[in-house]
Amino acid sequence: MIEINQLTKKFDDFTAVDNLSFTVREGEVLGFLGPNGAGKSTTMKIITGFLSATSGTVKVDGHDIATDPLAVKSLIGYLPEGAPCYPDMTVLQFLDFIAAVRGFSGEEKQRRIDKVVRDVELGAVCHKTIDTLSKGFKRRVGLAQAILHDPKVLILDEPTDGLDPNQKHQVRQLIRNLAKDKIVIISTHILEEVSAVCSRAIIIAGGRILADGTPKELEARSRYYGAVSVQLTEDFDLHRAVATVSEVSGVEVSDVSGRRHVLLPREGAQIFSKVLDLAQNERWPVAEFHLVEGLLEDYFRSVTQGANARVETSDKRTGATQ
Amino acid sequence: MSPLQIIFKRELAGYFATPLAYVFIVIFLVMNGVFTFDLGGFYVRGQADLMPFFSFHPWLYLFMIPAIAMGLWADERKTGTIELLMTLPITLRDAVLGKFLAAWVLCGAALLLTFPIWITVNYLGDPDNGVIVAAYLGSWLMAGSFLAIGSCMSAMTRNSVIAFILTVALCFVFVASGSEIVLNAFNWAPQMLVDAVAALSFLTHFDAISKGVLDVRDILFFLVFMASWLFASAIVIEIKKAN
Repeated sequence: MIEINQLTKKFDDFTAVDNLSFTVREGEVLGFLGPNGAGKSTTMKIITGFLSATSGTVKVDGHDIATDPLAVKSLIGYLPEGAPCYPDMTVLQFLDFIAAVRGFSGEEKQRRIDKVVRDVELGAVCHKTIDTLSKGFKRRVGLAQAILHDPKVLILDEPTDGLDPNQKHQVRQLIRNLAKDKIVIISTHILEEVSAVCSRAIIIAGGRILADGTPKELEARSRYYGAVSVQLTEDFDLHRAVATVSEVSGVEVSDVSGRRHVLLPREGAQIFSKVLDLAQNERWPVAEFHLVEGLLEDYFRSVTQGANARVETSDKRTGATQ
Repeated sequence: MSPLQIIFKRELAGYFATPLAYVFIVIFLVMNGVFTFDLGGFYVRGQADLMPFFSFHPWLYLFMIPAIAMGLWADERKTGTIELLMTLPITLRDAVLGKFLAAWVLCGAALLLTFPIWITVNYLGDPDNGVIVAAYLGSWLMAGSFLAIGSCMSAMTRNSVIAFILTVALCFVFVASGSEIVLNAFNWAPQMLVDAVAALSFLTHFDAISKGVLDVRDILFFLVFMASWLFASAIVIEIKKAN
């Protein structure tokens, strides 16, 4: 279990992480979302012991990173942002070094290295120096060193950044396979990734938590939740056609052709069947008609763009209570 | 293997994985030859000792050692691998010492490869080999002291050129602190401080050792000097962690 309690990190007068508290349990895959500069990487660097906190505590399985860093570091596998690896070493030399530092030797070490080379599919580049590898392979080498000791806690800072779609899929598959009875924290700004691999998502901006829930829950908070997407075959005044349905709060044109529309529901209202009936009765020229499940991206934008205003009001609130 | 040994091994292998170690050793040997035979007048002196060889070492180290030391930490910062290293379950002490020892052993290897000059002097005459061994030891200790300064300077910045320049400047101060240039800059100070500065001079301690006077105090000076700067390196890295 990772317990983060009132964690604050200040760089001179800039507050990167602001009084952050949350707990992650075994089996959870936590997606850390936020715009650039939100404090995702800084938080990860503090959990892994690369940076020290200005105030607050981080405990992993009861060990405090500030007082017992070695215990924490041996529990964690960490892929830093950009997956830095020693460029002059070959992949095997590098993994051998990591395995040795992690305390493995002899046959056990060899077995671990072989397994991780297989899992991350590094066989073809084993004897190449890391310097000469493509971005995708470098990222995989970084991932390999992070999972080599089968860590209880896996912290991955943008694990799929810069990978092609196939590689992204592969890495996500790997993370899903690893996730059983482990704690995984990944940071990303690719939102589909969160829906694909995470069991929980935390959105942060300005170093504060803005939202915390399962990806489905967060999607449900989007204003598109329960909306109806309509693709028309010819020009048709949809605005007027739905004017009679009071549960529809608005109509958005969602592509350049001007024929794909999204009908937004009033909060909590179900509009799908009503709109469907109407379309059939009035013979709308419909090519496609479906229910929108909510968009994480939309929720992300609405919550992070409003972040500054929100932070101000909450400041006022805490100011009033003091 | 202990973490210290693992770091040491990786660092040392790292020097030989790139041309760095070979370039360093070859240039070191060539420069030594030039200094000893041309500038030092090895033959002209007509004496069977290695004084012309060793007396140039402080000045040779002044540029060669900072070149080795500048990458110790600055490169790790630049490539981001420091984040990997410092999140592995090793202590800061192991990391600082392991890196330092690897660089120091490289210097030792370069120094040992000057053995032909020792053979030469033994072929030509009948030198005091005890003095020569002592001088080699002194030279290696001095190289370590330069390296320890370099380790600290390298920890301060992610730019290895800055680390190089700072190291050269600081090393110059310590090489020359017994000389008029530096001592004159302290002529305002009380005699005790002037003496203290003079006592920090590498030249004084190295000269003593290389003349075969193996005084424990001279050896201790270099060892304490190295330990202090390595400790300072660790403090710098620890401070950087908070910022």
